[in-house]
Amino acid sequence: MKILVCIKQVPDMESKFKIDAGGTWYAKTDLAWRMNEYDEYAVEQAVQLKEQVKDADLTVLCIGSDQVKETMKKALAMGCDRGAHIADSNASGKEPFEIAGIIAEYAKDKNFDLIFTGMQSQDRGSGQVGVLVAEMLGLPSVSTVVHFAYTGGTVQVKRELEGGIKACVTVQAPVVITCQLGMNTPRYPTLPNIMKAKKKELLTIPVADLLKVAARQETAKMYFPEKKGGGLVLEGDIAELADKLIKILKEKTAVLA
Amino acid sequence: MKILLIAESREGKLLGGTYELAAFAAKMNAESVMFLVGDDTVLPKYAGKLYLADGKAAGEYNPDVHKQLVLDVIAKENPDMVALCHSSYGWDLAPRIAYALKAAQISEVVGVVDGVPVVPVCNSKLRRDVKAKTVKSVVTLQAGAFGLADEPSGTPEVEKIAVAGAGRVQFTGYEQAAAGGVDLGKAQVIVSAGRGIGKPENVAMIAALAKALGGEYGASRPVVDSEWVEHNRQVGTTGQTVTPKLYIACGISGAIQHLAGMKKSEFIVAINTDRDAPIGDVADVLVVADLKQFVPLFTEKIQSL
Repeated sequence: MKILVCIKQVPDMESKFKIDAGGTWYAKTDLAWRMNEYDEYAVEQAVQLKEQVKDADLTVLCIGSDQVKETMKKALAMGCDRGAHIADSNASGKEPFEIAGIIAEYAKDKNFDLIFTGMQSQDRGSGQVGVLVAEMLGLPSVSTVVHFAYTGGTVQVKRELEGGIKACVTVQAPVVITCQLGMNTPRYPTLPNIMKAKKKELLTIPVADLLKVAARQETAKMYFPEKKGGGLVLEGDIAELADKLIKILKEKTAVLA
Repeated sequence: MKILLIAESREGKLLGGTYELAAFAAKMNAESVMFLVGDDTVLPKYAGKLYLADGKAAGEYNPDVHKQLVLDVIAKENPDMVALCHSSYGWDLAPRIAYALKAAQISEVVGVVDGVPVVPVCNSKLRRDVKAKTVKSVVTLQAGAFGLADEPSGTPEVEKIAVAGAGRVQFTGYEQAAAGGVDLGKAQVIVSAGRGIGKPENVAMIAALAKALGGEYGASRPVVDSEWVEHNRQVGTTGQTVTPKLYIACGISGAIQHLAGMKKSEFIVAINTDRDAPIGDVADVLVVADLKQFVPLFTEKIQSL
């Protein structure tokens, strides 16, 4: 069995963001970077599938500058067998259609049985790439999956819907699955596995070799949203903050009466 | 401009986002037609043409079949834009339609400024204006972004469309959310724990504050996914929607899915170290503090009142 899992490196969402000089993206300096949270579930599911079927080869793919190799190493330490690093100094400027085009071009002649992606990235949040990859490859796809089971070519999944309801779905491999938070419990790489990961193949492919489609949209401008509410912001000594908050709750709500 | 609106129904019930699509079309000053896979006994209030495919024949989740039905309607109507809800149905179907149309797809639109869609970035900390480079475009709309000024009205002119083909994905049924447990909907005060609590042991401090205030404790998705708190206490799109007299969000950044579940609370307090966290947009009071220090002290003071 051949499995592909596609991951993205994103900034920590708690970061203090700034707009870059071009005004169309956030500045990439002074940020802490990590694996897109949704992709951690995708990697874990891919590794669990590999462990289940035993005879499997699991490739992790990531698009970006050399910096993304750090995130790829985590995926390798979690259990991926090899890495395909698509070298691109402007990955963040690429629209979902281009990202999907690159992945589909890489995957098209490799006969993957299963392709896992996160259901969306934490920065763009478009939720398009996984489904587009499937459309480009002519494969079925199921998005927003919170439960996955594989038995002899048949994939049974549950999609998460609004209100905590799940839709149960059956599909035959090859298939693309986009992974929702909570699908499993992503493992922490152990030290021996981190050491082993350093010896695994990490092949770099220039993005120009794989980018054959053009973007269908563009970011005209990026900016901070206007602060909506005139909410009160309290800062300072915590004992004073607690007293202030009690005073406010007494005045504005009936819960302390 | 003409927009094709992709309405939604589940288990014979029309979903709320349907009317937001119509509100979006009105805001765009656009002509519209609607598409629905559903049931002719449950029709949306809509003063326009509705293409209706039978939900029993098409299946409630069947992306191949639904895509083809939408493409059939597009062939007849030739809309400039296709609008869906940014929901589990919409974000699954939209890329399939956009790909077939060779059209731009703009996800989770929260507003339109001078005709250009605006979308959130990085958990709503940033916004971006996105321009389509194609003539046709597909958009998904964030829930609640295009609210209705008036109650919808009208009776649609229904044209039934035939369902053909089976599709590669087989929908076998729904699994309902686990029943029982805590009904947060009845609580007057809810204190919720977010990722900022740091470790499962700290749930106790949130529960203690809730108890001191005579309320219940809840949690945001990451805390439930980590199994620190059971799912029946989850507040948000995939959990419960609550409107208590007081909601205290502890260490919750304020993802849209969480906000959708609590923003109508009467009074909202957020406790967060990040002054810029999106929760601040809905909070009446934002206490910039480390909850691990603030919450125990605050609880003590409440208890001694």
